[in-house]
Amino acid sequence: MSVEKGHLDSFKHKCCEDLYQKLYILVFPCTLTVFVIYVPQNEDTEQQIIRETFHLVSKRDENVCNFLEGGMLIGGSENRLIYRHYATLYFVFCVDSSESELGILDLIQVFVETLDKCFENVCELDLIFHVDKVHNILAEMVMGGMVLETNMNEIIIQVDAQNKMEKSEAGIAGAPARAVSAVKNMNLPEMPRNINIGDISIKVPNLPSFK
Amino acid sequence: MALKIVKGSIDRMFDKNLQDLVRGIRNHKEDEAKYISTCIDEIKQELKQDNIAVKANAVCKLTYLQMLGYDVSWAAFNIVEVMSSSKFTYKRIGYLAASQCFHESTDVIMLTTNQIRKDLSSPNQYDTGVALTGLSCFVTPDLARDLANDIMTLMSHTKPYIRKKAVLIMYKVFLKYPESLRPAFPRLKEKLEDPDPGVQSAAVNVICELARRNPKNYLSLAPLFFKLMTSSTNNWVLIKIIKLFGALTPLEPRLGKKLIEPLTNLIHSTSAMSLLYECVNTVILCVQKLRILIEDSDQNLKYLGLLAMSKILKTHPKSVQSHKDLILQCLDDKDESIRLRALDLLYGMVSKKNLMEIVKKLMLHVDKAEGTTYRDELLTKIIDICSQSNYQYITNFEWYISILVELTRLEGTRHGHLIASQMLDVAIRVKAIRAFAVAQMATLLDNAHLLTGNTQRNGICEVLYAAAWICGEFSEHLEEPMATLEAMLRPKVATLPGHIQAVYVQNAAKLFATVLRGQEGVPADSTVAQETSQLLIDRLPLFVQSSNLEVQERASCILQLVKYIQKLQQKDVEVAEEVTALFAGELNPVAPKAQKKVPVPEGLDLDVWINEPPSGSESEDEGRKSKGKAVFAKEESRHTKPRYTEVDEKELAKRREVRKAEQANNPFYIKASPSSQKHSVSKPNPSPSFSLRLCHTLTHLLWMPMSDQYVKLEEERRERNKADKKKKKDKKKREKGEKGHRRRGDSGPESEEDITPAHMVDIVTEEMPENALPSDDDDKDPNDPHKALNIDLDNCPLMDYQVVVSVIFENKCDSFIKSMEFNVLDSLNSKLQRPDGAGPHDGLIVPFQLPPGISNEARFIFSVQNIMMPQKLKGTLTFIVKTDDSSTHEKLDFKLHFTCTSYLITTPCYSDAYSKLLESGDLKGCSLKLEGVNQPFHHLLARICFHHHFSVVERIDSCASMYSRSIQGHHMCLLVKTADQTVSIDAKCDEPGLLGNVLDEIKLTFSQC
Repeated sequence: MSVEKGHLDSFKHKCCEDLYQKLYILVFPCTLTVFVIYVPQNEDTEQQIIRETFHLVSKRDENVCNFLEGGMLIGGSENRLIYRHYATLYFVFCVDSSESELGILDLIQVFVETLDKCFENVCELDLIFHVDKVHNILAEMVMGGMVLETNMNEIIIQVDAQNKMEKSEAGIAGAPARAVSAVKNMNLPEMPRNINIGDISIKVPNLPSFK
Repeated sequence: MALKIVKGSIDRMFDKNLQDLVRGIRNHKEDEAKYISTCIDEIKQELKQDNIAVKANAVCKLTYLQMLGYDVSWAAFNIVEVMSSSKFTYKRIGYLAASQCFHESTDVIMLTTNQIRKDLSSPNQYDTGVALTGLSCFVTPDLARDLANDIMTLMSHTKPYIRKKAVLIMYKVFLKYPESLRPAFPRLKEKLEDPDPGVQSAAVNVICELARRNPKNYLSLAPLFFKLMTSSTNNWVLIKIIKLFGALTPLEPRLGKKLIEPLTNLIHSTSAMSLLYECVNTVILCVQKLRILIEDSDQNLKYLGLLAMSKILKTHPKSVQSHKDLILQCLDDKDESIRLRALDLLYGMVSKKNLMEIVKKLMLHVDKAEGTTYRDELLTKIIDICSQSNYQYITNFEWYISILVELTRLEGTRHGHLIASQMLDVAIRVKAIRAFAVAQMATLLDNAHLLTGNTQRNGICEVLYAAAWICGEFSEHLEEPMATLEAMLRPKVATLPGHIQAVYVQNAAKLFATVLRGQEGVPADSTVAQETSQLLIDRLPLFVQSSNLEVQERASCILQLVKYIQKLQQKDVEVAEEVTALFAGELNPVAPKAQKKVPVPEGLDLDVWINEPPSGSESEDEGRKSKGKAVFAKEESRHTKPRYTEVDEKELAKRREVRKAEQANNPFYIKASPSSQKHSVSKPNPSPSFSLRLCHTLTHLLWMPMSDQYVKLEEERRERNKADKKKKKDKKKREKGEKGHRRRGDSGPESEEDITPAHMVDIVTEEMPENALPSDDDDKDPNDPHKALNIDLDNCPLMDYQVVVSVIFENKCDSFIKSMEFNVLDSLNSKLQRPDGAGPHDGLIVPFQLPPGISNEARFIFSVQNIMMPQKLKGTLTFIVKTDDSSTHEKLDFKLHFTCTSYLITTPCYSDAYSKLLESGDLKGCSLKLEGVNQPFHHLLARICFHHHFSVVERIDSCASMYSRSIQGHHMCLLVKTADQTVSIDAKCDEPGLLGNVLDEIKLTFSQC
């Protein structure tokens, strides 16, 4: 696993992800949210955690360390927030003391690289519009708040196999729906990029990727 | 058919999908809530349709809305529907939704058990995969119990993808259902050596997680992990193993030595910084190396260096202390995380020598700090540092009090109560400091307006609570009691929170007593004393009007008291001594756990009402109790006086008499000497109002940092001490003669022991009952799920007990039955014993065929671990029915009911052995009454013997003793008595759970006849 910092600056929104007491949260604070909390909370507490986390993480400078002491909200002093910052995207994991800090930093890198591979040059809009896919990818890495797999190739193999299955199930019946949503997406100025639905792909050049 | 599908999906095109929803929300930023509520209405419509694709789409959108913080629990049943779809696409959506929305209180989870079990055994590995992933998020104790066996089977699945998920989820199952740990552990251990690295990593993960909580149970695995550590190349696994060893080494010191070599190898060979860090962390060899980390420009390494440092601090404090400079430097870091870490370190580093210096540094930071969170953190740390181990490091308490006073100047801190409790604690426990503390507190009270800028939100006014209490309680130390009294009764006080006002009022009374004594001691005109009373009478009505009951009650009590005193004063009666007596007696600090340690006297039931609670006034009483923090129990007991009512003087006098009588009987009060009452000599007093103003301006001047002065003073004092010592030394040397070289200059750094405290401080320790140890571990959280997992896996072998079940098969049809296969779904507790080589789900072949009308018996052996509870096992019998021209395959479902009785074996027992058994006292009792039994007594006994496997030990008339034994050797004794249709059974057994269940079954037997 290599630790490399990528750059991505075309994002308008912020995103962060969080592993909460052996668990993750993904957060996009502006209009949408993707997160997973592996210890069930009620909706209000969840939202509060996300707000607080985002507040803590977003006000930090570029050149400070990637660790934050956990407040009471994320389960006391034994837990800490570990985050990585890619342009406007924050990936935040909240872990307890049994996890290795640098190990988690590597894990975030693996996650981002995996997203990049699965979405073919991931951009923020991919994460926004395909929350479910992000979840499915994450499910192959972390299960119930415990790290399941750290090998990127293995993760991609499993994700691809499942997508293939989904496609074959949709078969003929899926085609009209795919066409419609491709058409819908074509008309949208807000969706400048390919979101990989069906065979129609609209590539927009000059978007820097994670790597 | 195909057309229908296509038509369905054409309809579907016009429903919003997830992307449309996201887009819609982004386009409706202004009226997002409204937009979403229309979307939810649409979703509700979609959920009503039969088409599963539409439903799945709706559920997918709901999942997204749940993430936005909307409650979607109403759709829980629809989620289950989508989960049970046969298509993977929908199933995955369903499980994702379930993992986001379900929690333990979701009631539909109960409905999912069978669906999940079906998915777990699905031939498609991804069906199993999503089921496992989903289950890992919402597993409940019930699910864990029902599915543990299925998941355990999956741990040996042929596909590594399933194996690793099954292994990992076992941790969640253990947490919810700790009984599963023991049977599952051998297999888990086996998985540590799985050929697939992913499975191996999952197993290491689970075991590390278990071992972290209860390391001693896993010591025996050390060799296995040792092997893994030297062979594995997966950094993630290595880090986990090294962390595990970190937890094991304290328990087994020899392990440490063994580990050094492989760890140093790893340190030298690895290129991964993360692994290196963990190695260093575990070995904790080299503090110097850490210094390099901390000095590194990379903030991450700096942070981790500090983290590791704090771990070393616990074992080798000396070596860390030498890096004090570096750590203090880190306090200036721009990164808050690093500053907090450094603070943490400082806590462990202080000594008598450097405490003042460190705190001074911290105080500087407090002044500079931006952002209240960090400042509050600093404040708590300063207090923690100073108060740790019973103020061990504080040599000068005057300095500490002045630090506390300085801290009160912080604006907007939330920790006012913390400072307050420190002030109280110090003032009570350090007797020598009281005079100084009282002077400081009086200043604080006088300047209260500075603290209470914006009263309600400002937590700092809590400090006034402590200040008022200290001034009142130790008022004999006050130089200007009158001034303080005046300060406490200013109208502005009424804006403080209620519980503080209450303390003000109460302590004003205490002060009043002191003031009176001072004034009456001086022979002059009595008007001064009367003026003091008048002051109270003027000011107290303000508090009587308070909306806070506590304040109101205390104020009105005291007001009446003062009015009465004033009347006495007007008659030239000297009252001071008697008033003082109201507040005599010293309070001692009591340890927080002391009450718990006092044994409850025999015959006292704390749960029983002493008087039946009056129905009406209950809520009011509660309200009063909850208001006003009671710091000292004694203070409370003083104030159970009647509430304020208009009373005439006679009444008052009467009450006074009653009270005096009460006081005489109360050990807390010192009786007033009767002689003082009639002697009345008026004493003069210097004009209070004049001196008051002067004092006011003076205190303003004093309102500046003082702790610095103390630091300086302290340094000087130490220098002096040192000089004194040196003089003594020099003297000695001189006396010895000036032969040798006389050493000049500094005598080197002073050692810890050289520092003598400024004044003899006697720290009063808290009162505790004699037999109580402060370290009793009643702080442990009984709800910690990991406690249940503390199961010794090595010493107790699995206890398997066998039960033979005879099943009679009878063919009631006219056809020939053959190829019968008997199968039971195992539970964790009970398993059908199958021949070697058979899988856990294979059925057993019944070794005979049945012609029509014939019956035959077959025996099956079950192994049972826990016999305390009755059990039901589900099973199926498959067979082939052969008629003349055809044969059909048939299936029959059945349930096997294992009652607790079935675990009992009829065992004869002799009466002397029986009575010995009863005398031993190991057995716990339970009894049962059956009414309306009109059977002869011997029939009744026969029934119990036959149905419940007991034997009669002895029978005398209508009374009999019976005995039985369980397959695990529990003794069970019954004493059965009968008298006109009522049968009473007294039972004793060494296992109350089993006994209870057997009695229930006996009851059932008799209710059926």
